[in-house]
Amino acid sequence: MRIVIPKEIYEGERRVAASPDSVQRLIKLGFNVAIESGAGAAASFPDGQFQAAGAEVIADTRALWNSADVVLKVRPPMANAQLGLHEADLLPEGATWIGFIWPAQNQEIMDRLVARKATVLAMDQVPRISRAQKLDALSSMANIAGYRAIIEAANHFGRFFTGQITAAGKVPPAKVLVIGAGVAGLAAIGAAVSLGAIVRAFDTRPEVKDQVKSMGAEFLELDFEEEGGSSGSGGYAKQMSQAFIDAEMALFAAQASEVDIIVTTALIPGKPAPRLITADMVAAMKEGSVIVDLAAETGGNCEGVQPGQVVVKNGVTLIGFTDLPSRLPTQASQLYATNLRHLLTDLCPKKDGQLVINMEDDVVRGTTVIHQGQISWPPPPLKVAAQAAVDTSKKAAPAAEPVDPERVAAEQNRSILRIMGITGVLLLALGASAPAAFLTHMTVFVLSIFIGYMVIWNVTPALHTPLMSVTNAISGIIVIGAMLQISAPSYTVEFLAIVAVLIATINIAGGFLVTQRMLRMFRK
Amino acid sequence: MSQGLLTVSYIAASVLFILSLGGLSAQESARRGNLYGVAGIVIAIVATTLSGQVTNLVALIGAMVVGAAIGSYVASRVEMTEMPELVAILHSFVGMAAVLVGVANYLDPRAAFVGTERTIHEIEIYVGIFIGGVTFTGSVVAFGKLRGIINSKPLMLPARHQINFALVLLTLWLAKPFLAATDLSDGMVPLLFMTAISFFIGWHLVMGIGGADMPVVVSMLNSYSGWAAAATGFMLSNDVLIVVGALVGSSGAILSYIMCHAMNRSFISVILGGFGVEGGTVVAAADGGPKDVIAASAEEVADMLSGASEVIIVPGYGMAVAQAQYPVYEITKILRDKGVNVRFGIHPVAGRLPGHMNVLLAEARVPYDIVLEMDELNHDFPKTDVSLIIGANDIVNPGAQDDASSPIYGMPVLEVWKARTCVVLKRSMATGYSGVDNPLFYKSNSRMLFGDAKKSMDAVLEQLRSAG
Repeated sequence: MRIVIPKEIYEGERRVAASPDSVQRLIKLGFNVAIESGAGAAASFPDGQFQAAGAEVIADTRALWNSADVVLKVRPPMANAQLGLHEADLLPEGATWIGFIWPAQNQEIMDRLVARKATVLAMDQVPRISRAQKLDALSSMANIAGYRAIIEAANHFGRFFTGQITAAGKVPPAKVLVIGAGVAGLAAIGAAVSLGAIVRAFDTRPEVKDQVKSMGAEFLELDFEEEGGSSGSGGYAKQMSQAFIDAEMALFAAQASEVDIIVTTALIPGKPAPRLITADMVAAMKEGSVIVDLAAETGGNCEGVQPGQVVVKNGVTLIGFTDLPSRLPTQASQLYATNLRHLLTDLCPKKDGQLVINMEDDVVRGTTVIHQGQISWPPPPLKVAAQAAVDTSKKAAPAAEPVDPERVAAEQNRSILRIMGITGVLLLALGASAPAAFLTHMTVFVLSIFIGYMVIWNVTPALHTPLMSVTNAISGIIVIGAMLQISAPSYTVEFLAIVAVLIATINIAGGFLVTQRMLRMFRK
Repeated sequence: MSQGLLTVSYIAASVLFILSLGGLSAQESARRGNLYGVAGIVIAIVATTLSGQVTNLVALIGAMVVGAAIGSYVASRVEMTEMPELVAILHSFVGMAAVLVGVANYLDPRAAFVGTERTIHEIEIYVGIFIGGVTFTGSVVAFGKLRGIINSKPLMLPARHQINFALVLLTLWLAKPFLAATDLSDGMVPLLFMTAISFFIGWHLVMGIGGADMPVVVSMLNSYSGWAAAATGFMLSNDVLIVVGALVGSSGAILSYIMCHAMNRSFISVILGGFGVEGGTVVAAADGGPKDVIAASAEEVADMLSGASEVIIVPGYGMAVAQAQYPVYEITKILRDKGVNVRFGIHPVAGRLPGHMNVLLAEARVPYDIVLEMDELNHDFPKTDVSLIIGANDIVNPGAQDDASSPIYGMPVLEVWKARTCVVLKRSMATGYSGVDNPLFYKSNSRMLFGDAKKSMDAVLEQLRSAG
């Protein structure tokens, strides 16, 4: 089958749905790959690199589209002004489209694609389960957006992020507040921390606290208990009660006057973004502060943000870029191309260049929004969450058993007493009946066991194998027993003794030599 | 040589043996320790030879030369992967020698004890032969299993515990006619019968234990061989034998304890055997999530490794089987030259002998100061960029910590999944020895590099070399 990668025509879009590396791997899967001339130029992938990777570079847009069995795109289909045609209509009938679609917002595009009897896989609909992580383009893009948000903020911020003490005076570190610790939020935290800022983060889901801390940020908490938990489905937070929101807003208002940079990443799928930062809070911020709103496209978390623009209100810079991933075009294209490559690898199990859309597979089912001209969106819900809940209850069970340290100690004391008692009785019995010579040997025996115990615990575990071979060797000392009998006035005894000397000597020689050989290998 | 000089020589030998074991507390002093051991045994043998009790020097020297020749030949030829077999077979020699010395001692017409002393002497013979017999056949079976001559699956006779118990009772009962016997031929019948029983018990005991429990079995037999030597010492009223026996016996016992502790299993349950086949304990880990693994290529792994600053390699026996330790060391060398901090994490039960992995890595010239124990680096995994798991499975199973239904729940494991990325080298998706599925493979930060460990490592090495 032929995979075609057209140039993105959305204004300002610098990404491309393939990289030379992904093209090479797609060809290995048995596909035939063609790319529009100049498609990767903005992402620093010149045509020559694609050609070297084995793709056909075609300049004629219409011819390229006509030859397609599968089209890989970033942006949803839109009107191509140059050709006077909609991209959906350029798609050959019955072909497959893979890219971002946003079916809920783009009813018209869905209709057009249905009319083409297309099969459409929407990268924005990949189920958010662990198995699908390798093809989760939303996460890849969110990661880049979070990183870029900090870079944009730094660009508009007039000071260092890191604190310094210089000859010219002391520089305090910048304080950054990240609201929403999803993929984008965590990436923003990571970038800000590595620039040296003091980072705080807030999220309505308390379970992300550990992740936030592991990135090096402080986790802000509300003194508030929300009923029924705060995690929604698919890795997003759910909408919260009014009382919770009030407590949250009070926290943001207090933080706004303190921090220099705010990054908001709160999205609720299919709904306008929640308003978290009001105009009053913006006004309360210090002159020169920066707010980056990652939700600007769906209305913004911050009042006054203009989608796609940078505005300054009361000395505070409000950044509402909606194309943050595209501002890191090489990285974004690379990750997106890899996500697509993973999806195509899954769709092509025989590596023969043929697509198999298996609607039984949860991931494929969720991603496919139009199957052979039939709308298959929204998919039936996945039942992963329910199983996870069962798991947690099972894990909780063993921990419920209370362990009383005092009782354990008492138990130990009692068992030590018991052992001592039994040993005492046995010793008394032995002492009463055994001859003195035996008891002398017994003394040696018991003391040697204790010496052995002390000495062996000191042996480093790395030398346990040499320990075994050296003990093998020295237990060959049994040869002495055989030697004492080798001169016995009985042929049987003499014969037995000779055999015993022979095998015990094998032990002595073999054990010591192999130990020496091993120990010689240990070197620094 | 007078009795006094002989005793003094034995004291010197005993001290040297203790110093010998003490030397193993660190790699630097270990070789000196080994030489102390050699000195000890030479002193003991020479002193005994000169004591005047040994007159048949031709037979003695002849047997010793042949024995030493065989021993040196084997020691110079054995592969390090075969160390467990060598250790096992050497144990069996000690066991056999104890049996032979015991029987010879009983038959020796020079021994003349009376009354309680005679009874005690005969009990010593009886006990010494019994332990020696169990050690002998047990070690031979362990050798066979490690060598692959005997199927490593546990042999499950019906009512096997009852059989063993009945045989021990029979052994006790046979002691009565043995002690009551007035002349040698009367005593020999129950004695030889008991010897046969001890052989059977040793065979049966180890046959019932699975292949990967062999580290415990070999340490246990190490301990038995020590007790056999100690019993012989009592029998001959020889203190140096008692000292050595006690040292070796406690050494083996401690090693067995360490092994069992590292598997979170009681010593009794290992000895009773049959792990992994009883009552359907073979269950898949209760992980409701989907099971899909992310494969990686050698090239990607090479990229990950050269981009990392902290790498921990966790080897298992699979590495030794594939002989992958040599390319692993080459990779380590390249990475360390680039400034990557590469370390090795060793689980106590990795390999087929306690400390086996350390020897195998040492053979591949890996410096021992970057080879660390589990407890020394387990808390470093969150700071690690890449953990590389080569031929290990159960010892890196996160189910042991968080899945109470897992048969290996509670076993201490290396927390490799806490590293940023976790690369697992594996031949296929088969389970480990315990038959438990490993949730590690399905973690989102895990990458599988399928194929023979040696070939995979060679491929990674090639990538690293070509990348310069």
